[in-house]
Amino acid sequence: MRVSELIDKYGMKALSLPDPDREIAGGYCGDLLSWVMGRAQQDNAWITIMSNMNVVAVASLSDVSCVILAEGVTLEQGIVDTARGKDVNVLSSEKSAFEIAALLAPDV
Amino acid sequence: MNDALTFHFDVDGENFVSAGQASVQVKKNLRELGFPPEVIRRVSIAMYEGEINMVIHAGGGEADVDVFEDRIVIVLTDRGPGIPDIDLAMQEGYSTATDRVRSLGFGAGMGLPNMKRYTDEMRIDSTVGKGTVITMSILVNNR
Ligand SMILES: Nc1ncnc2c1ncn2[C@@H]1O[C@H](COP(=O)(O)OP(=O)(O)OP(=O)(O)O)[C@@H](O)[C@H]1O
Ligand SMILES: [Mg+2]
Repeated sequence: MRVSELIDKYGMKALSLPDPDREIAGGYCGDLLSWVMGRAQQDNAWITIMSNMNVVAVASLSDVSCVILAEGVTLEQGIVDTARGKDVNVLSSEKSAFEIAALLAPDV
Repeated sequence: MNDALTFHFDVDGENFVSAGQASVQVKKNLRELGFPPEVIRRVSIAMYEGEINMVIHAGGGEADVDVFEDRIVIVLTDRGPGIPDIDLAMQEGYSTATDRVRSLGFGAGMGLPNMKRYTDEMRIDSTVGKGTVITMSILVNNR
């Protein structure tokens, strides 16, 4: 499934969507950045509650297809701008990480 | 062997919120040079982990990257406190990170193990009170 489909299908909000057509393959949930870099795979959807600038760098360097912020977490404007500049898709959902993972699992 | 393309970066030890700029730049450069995405990903993660370690544990340092056709060599040099027990530091879960650093999502004790996992060769030279030099090589056609 494509990243842009998360918006209509699951009611997620796009905070940064420079690459809406990117395909999602699998996913990873985690907030400790080195675990994410060690275990997430290319093209995964990364589900997290972390929202600092390092999240954008980790998403870019790990080459995940998108970051999904759980629990209604959002980003400061400066971080949104950085995400756009680095080609990192970031969405936000009111749901918990568990609920998001369960929703996406059949589709990705 | 052809001459290497070399990149040099000073890594600022003050600002760990925006740390990682050298790794991001190297990723860009490797992409422009046409390296395969999987190679770029391994270089990016290994270098970022090392760069962040220099910032949060050693007050900054320098990064030198040599790009050859068949391999990429990253050398990270700092004048921080050094690593007293390298075997211990290499263990998954071992970390001396502060609460402030942990609140940003670092401090899982997974950085050095990740650097080892994503590279084909890794060497740590460290002297307590003097600093640390980490050399990592990634072979291009290896995986
Ligand atoms: N450049 C360095 N200078 C001094 N000590 C270091 C350096 N790099 C790593 N260390 C020491 O080795 C430990 C383990 O490093 P490692 O990168 O595996 O974990 P971490 O940085 O604590 O957490 P994480 O990488 O998961 O965010 C560190 O907590 C620190 O004590
Ligand atoms: Mg580390």
